[in-house]
Amino acid sequence: MSAPGDAAGDSVDLFLDCTGLRCPRPIIEIARRIGDVGVGGLVELLADDPATTPDLAAWCRMRGQELVSSAAPRFVVRRLR
Amino acid sequence: MGARPDEVVFTGPLAPAAQAVVAGLALGRRRVGRLVVTSTVEHSAVLAAAEAYGEHVAVGVDRVGRLDLDAWTEAVGRPGVALACLQVANHEVGTLQPYAAAAQACRAAGVPLVLDATTVLGRIDTTDLGGWSVLLGWAGAYGGPASIGFTVVRRGTRWRAPFPADDHQQGRWPGVVDVPAVWSAVAALDAVMTSRDVVGDRQRALVDRLRREVALRVPDVDLAGDPVGRVPHLLTFSALYVDGETLTLELDRAGFAVASGSACSASSEHPSHVLAAMGALTHGNVRLGVSRTTTGAEVDAFLDVLPGLVTEIRGRLGAA
Repeated sequence: MSAPGDAAGDSVDLFLDCTGLRCPRPIIEIARRIGDVGVGGLVELLADDPATTPDLAAWCRMRGQELVSSAAPRFVVRRLR
Repeated sequence: MGARPDEVVFTGPLAPAAQAVVAGLALGRRRVGRLVVTSTVEHSAVLAAAEAYGEHVAVGVDRVGRLDLDAWTEAVGRPGVALACLQVANHEVGTLQPYAAAAQACRAAGVPLVLDATTVLGRIDTTDLGGWSVLLGWAGAYGGPASIGFTVVRRGTRWRAPFPADDHQQGRWPGVVDVPAVWSAVAALDAVMTSRDVVGDRQRALVDRLRREVALRVPDVDLAGDPVGRVPHLLTFSALYVDGETLTLELDRAGFAVASGSACSASSEHPSHVLAAMGALTHGNVRLGVSRTTTGAEVDAFLDVLPGLVTEIRGRLGAA
């Protein structure tokens, strides 16, 4: 298992461990914290609720962010706006 | 339903009926192959039967839940397909499938098609649904008794009883027919079909209004399903940063009984497979059914309470 911070071969700017949180809390967490990284920055999310896979993809579509990788329980999002 | 009387079998709820249909066709066509083709958004009872009695091939849908016809045509054209199964319209989001074209593809490939008409019976014209081999219906979906379903098996369909057959209904469904329950299932279907167009037009207008106003009044809401090619009475939407269980409870307290496909409100720990297959948001989900008697005033009252409830729940979750 790769260590936090080296997902997708890039260094991530923020790591969020949402293990054990039920939907929709992991999505709320990334929404609250994505502003902590600059535009173009990467956020890695660790979340084991099974709704995270569809809901993070839907959140990225609705909020104009980029889902870089989705391999539950590990997800990487790039801030685009 | 465009059926001959001797083709109709009175069964039970959708789950055992779907199991009998899928297992019986898989048995009747076992020399052809084991593949069972369905869409990704079929009822969970159909998906479970496909997994249990064959090798399941699931064909994807687009953002509104409509079948990928090219992929469907390719899938049913493969060698070794025992049967295919498709809904006329989806039970969670209401989107109508291209069932006539899908049936055409099955006929060209020589594959029997099971058409699941559960969501549309009594709601659209079902006298000419195309070239199906087996039709599934359930009285509970249109206000009849939940114990009665029906399966119409076209003459010449290679279905074999997957259970020890008895003398009832020519061995096609075991046990004595519950005649009073069948009678009320048929009476209910007659009643909804008699008023179908009038009720359907009113429901369609109410759902159009709900769809438009929910999008306007609630920020960050994901409306699911086809706005036009759909059954008249259903609307499904998901509110971002809201959990479905809390929203359905709060709506219930406000006097509105709604369902939710959110994992957090259902018994299953998995999110709705229908919403996930469409790429729709699965949390904060509400499935609204407009009944035969729902009024414009009730729709207005719902639209008045919904935005405040969503805002309040978002605040509680720290997402305001």
